[in-house]
Amino acid sequence: MADMASMLDVSVWRGADEGRFVSYPVPRRENQTVLDVVTYVQRRLDATLAYRFSCRVGMCGSCAMTVNGVARWTCRTHVGRVAKDGRLRIAPLRNMPVIKDLSVDMAGFFAKAARAKGAFRPTADRTADFAVIAPDSPRRRRADAAIECIGCGVCYASCDVVTWNPDYLGPAALNRAWTLVNDERDGGNRERLAAVAGDAGCHACHSHQSCMERCPKHLNPTESIAGLKRATVLAALTGKL
Amino acid sequence: MRPFRLAGGSRDHPAYWAFAVHRLSGLLLVLFLPAHFYVLSRAIQGAAALDAVLAWTEGPLVKAAEVGLILLLAAHLTGGLRLLAVEFLPWRDWQKTLIAVTAGVSLLIGLGFLINVA
Repeated sequence: MADMASMLDVSVWRGADEGRFVSYPVPRRENQTVLDVVTYVQRRLDATLAYRFSCRVGMCGSCAMTVNGVARWTCRTHVGRVAKDGRLRIAPLRNMPVIKDLSVDMAGFFAKAARAKGAFRPTADRTADFAVIAPDSPRRRRADAAIECIGCGVCYASCDVVTWNPDYLGPAALNRAWTLVNDERDGGNRERLAAVAGDAGCHACHSHQSCMERCPKHLNPTESIAGLKRATVLAALTGKL
Repeated sequence: MRPFRLAGGSRDHPAYWAFAVHRLSGLLLVLFLPAHFYVLSRAIQGAAALDAVLAWTEGPLVKAAEVGLILLLAAHLTGGLRLLAVEFLPWRDWQKTLIAVTAGVSLLIGLGFLINVA
């Protein structure tokens, strides 16, 4: 066994919504990610550990966990950046029911994207010509700024408003709605604005900006939600809501 | 045990501190309001009753508390203006700097009041 200076003290959540942290010694390696650490625990120390990952390179967004209190993609988080004292505390994402260990049930999270009318509502059929949208038009730019979300749930897990009001649609679903509000080809905005204007919609946001602070893709859901706040107020004032 | 007792790290950033200051100052100002109305209500009892309370407010401890009150008011006002800017103006990166600006302006107002009463 290596000496303690080259060992990490890793606490991993074991159980479901009720459970406990279990400590595992993991060898410190150069260029080691938190996902490498979790994988080491599962492959070498305890094969019953449940966790999710797929691409390992920050494309899929499935390996998000709470690392030392902050929601992160574990594959894109180097141990050296978060465990200065050699300690790691790895928990499942907040604000979602825990299935087992580090795996959470994201069904409610994805259902909220549907509730926020996050599906594209086409206005043309396949016989129509391509929609021509200038890349530098204001609406295209606003959609561009928000469109790279891959639904990893980091913003949702970081949001206190979701914790306080479990019905709140949350930053990812509202951000998605905002991209469609700015999509010139979409015809579902009346229903969409009505869906996001309620008690659990955009106006519940307190602009804590934790979503923006923690988004691994550096998106700004707070800005998208502020856009929805303005759009819904404007729609209400002009009798369209 | 729940897994999230130590998940407070998501709150450790300036925009969240700004929210906390805004919420806390708002709550403290709500607590101050009854005292404020009580002093005003003394006027109904006559000039002497009001003057007695006003004389009490000249004490150094009350003056010190007033500086705190002005700080709360300034923090709540500037924090509210910042929120309006964040939510009603298109997002620009300088809006992050607004948090520092609101803190600075609040402290300046508090300091100005302190110099005035000292």
